[in-house]
Amino acid sequence: MTRDEAVKSIKEKFGSRIERFYEKSKRRIYIDIAKDDLVDFATHVFKDMGARFNIATAVDHPKDIEIMYHFELDNIGCIITLRTYTKKDKCEIDSLLPLMKGAEWIEREIHELFGVEFRNHPNIKRLLLPDDWPKDKYPLRKDYVLKTKEDRDR
Amino acid sequence: MSHKVTIPIGPYHPLQEEPEFYKLVVDGERVVDIDVRIGWNHRGIEKLSETKSFDQSAYLVERICGICSTSHPLAYVNAVEDIDEIDIPERAAYIRTITAELERIHSHMLWLGLAGHFLGYNTVFMWAWRYREPILDILEAISGNRNNYAMMKVGGVRRDIDESEIPHYKKILNDELLPALEMFKGAVLDDPVLAARLKGVGKLTKEDAIDYSALGPTARASGYDIDVRRDEPYAAYDKIKWNVILQEEGDVFAKSVVRILEMIESAHIIIQCFDKLPRGPIDANVKQVSPGDGIGHHEAPRGEVIHIVRCDGTNRPVRHKVRAPTFMNFPSFKKTVVGETIADATIILAAIDPCYCCTERLTAVSHKDSKTIMGVQRLIHLSHHKTWDIGKAMGFSDKELIEKMGKKIE
Repeated sequence: MTRDEAVKSIKEKFGSRIERFYEKSKRRIYIDIAKDDLVDFATHVFKDMGARFNIATAVDHPKDIEIMYHFELDNIGCIITLRTYTKKDKCEIDSLLPLMKGAEWIEREIHELFGVEFRNHPNIKRLLLPDDWPKDKYPLRKDYVLKTKEDRDR
Repeated sequence: MSHKVTIPIGPYHPLQEEPEFYKLVVDGERVVDIDVRIGWNHRGIEKLSETKSFDQSAYLVERICGICSTSHPLAYVNAVEDIDEIDIPERAAYIRTITAELERIHSHMLWLGLAGHFLGYNTVFMWAWRYREPILDILEAISGNRNNYAMMKVGGVRRDIDESEIPHYKKILNDELLPALEMFKGAVLDDPVLAARLKGVGKLTKEDAIDYSALGPTARASGYDIDVRRDEPYAAYDKIKWNVILQEEGDVFAKSVVRILEMIESAHIIIQCFDKLPRGPIDANVKQVSPGDGIGHHEAPRGEVIHIVRCDGTNRPVRHKVRAPTFMNFPSFKKTVVGETIADATIILAAIDPCYCCTERLTAVSHKDSKTIMGVQRLIHLSHHKTWDIGKAMGFSDKELIEKMGKKIE
């Protein structure tokens, strides 16, 4: 599959469901999608196009959390990023774990550091934080304040 | 009749170099389930990076891990350069390749030694670490340090390689390292004891490797043909002739073969780089980073390291995501360890060359209603508590545990 074929395959399959298609460079493609379309897009990219799941990145915004799923097409050396937003007051998104096992840990990580709920994730327990970490504190959100050295050492 | 027993390994255990906790559920000799818990090694690198400038972060990510201390900065500078699509000078690209490949050799040597050690084959351990020394010597001569080389910067490299010393480096590689690698190839690969011990152990099929998105030697030993050095070339990897090493079996033996052959391949890459090293500047003098997203990766010794950086036009990243290879390779234990015996579990766990300080970089401070809940006393208590829970899970009664630990832990 060449790069043009890959682009065409996504555009033909999803058409108007793509909210924004942005080719940043030869090797980087960003696709903005609605969060309910995530599983369909990911299935197409991962299963049909044979991409490898790199990782997911969450970014905190004032009202919502942005989640980017990066997939690498190894045969053409191109990273496709699926980007979606979820509102902070109803912070949930579908899990990709039923599709690929590689998503298990990163979803657990985003869950505890950003407070995003993953629907259909069967094993969403703590991975990095201690068990008695307060439930409403998410360390990688921007409103989380690092305390001073005195507080840390107390 | 089946009788399942939970065996806790870690978080601190003489066999492990770094803290991690495995809960092995065994039925007789067989492992039937495994649960891994990490989080003892958090330093909050991603959060910290948001407070550092783009130049400072290169030093910060270097401290993620001592073994991968070139891989993380290289992936990071690739990411920052990807935002503006900066082209770096050719000489800098070659120097980056040389440092990265030297690191691969020393890291694989380290793994080979430890793998021998885990098997109780300490001769391999001694010899592998002995031949790791000349590589560290070259790195020290080039960068000034045996580890944490601080060679990478956005737009180029920080130190040039002295032309007059190149013959000396090449002599070490040709006369000391390559014969030693050939010796390892023969000694380890033809050894009937190692073959009996490692072949068919801890198999990861290609389908599972794809499903778990396994990386690096772990994936390539299962016939999953990925290597970002070839697939998406950066530095000078597209200007040099080299091969990606593949094996089909997916067992621990195949992983060892991949690593040993990769070291030989790396040595040839370095020699070619020294031969071709062009003259010219080593730095593109990047003054500013534009707003935007950048994704950079590097094929570290353990697999692809990926850094994702977002810039909003200031001199600090808004978000800096680090994904180390062990983060993806680790969960594949569920496939490789289950069904094997306890005796094989250690070497299977070691076979992906796990690196915990890479995997855990998040979170630093913990507080509740502005009171710190994680003081020293609290940590000691947590440790006691964990021991107590493990004791309970192993089937000890309260009375027995109080006898062992001195008091009841709530």
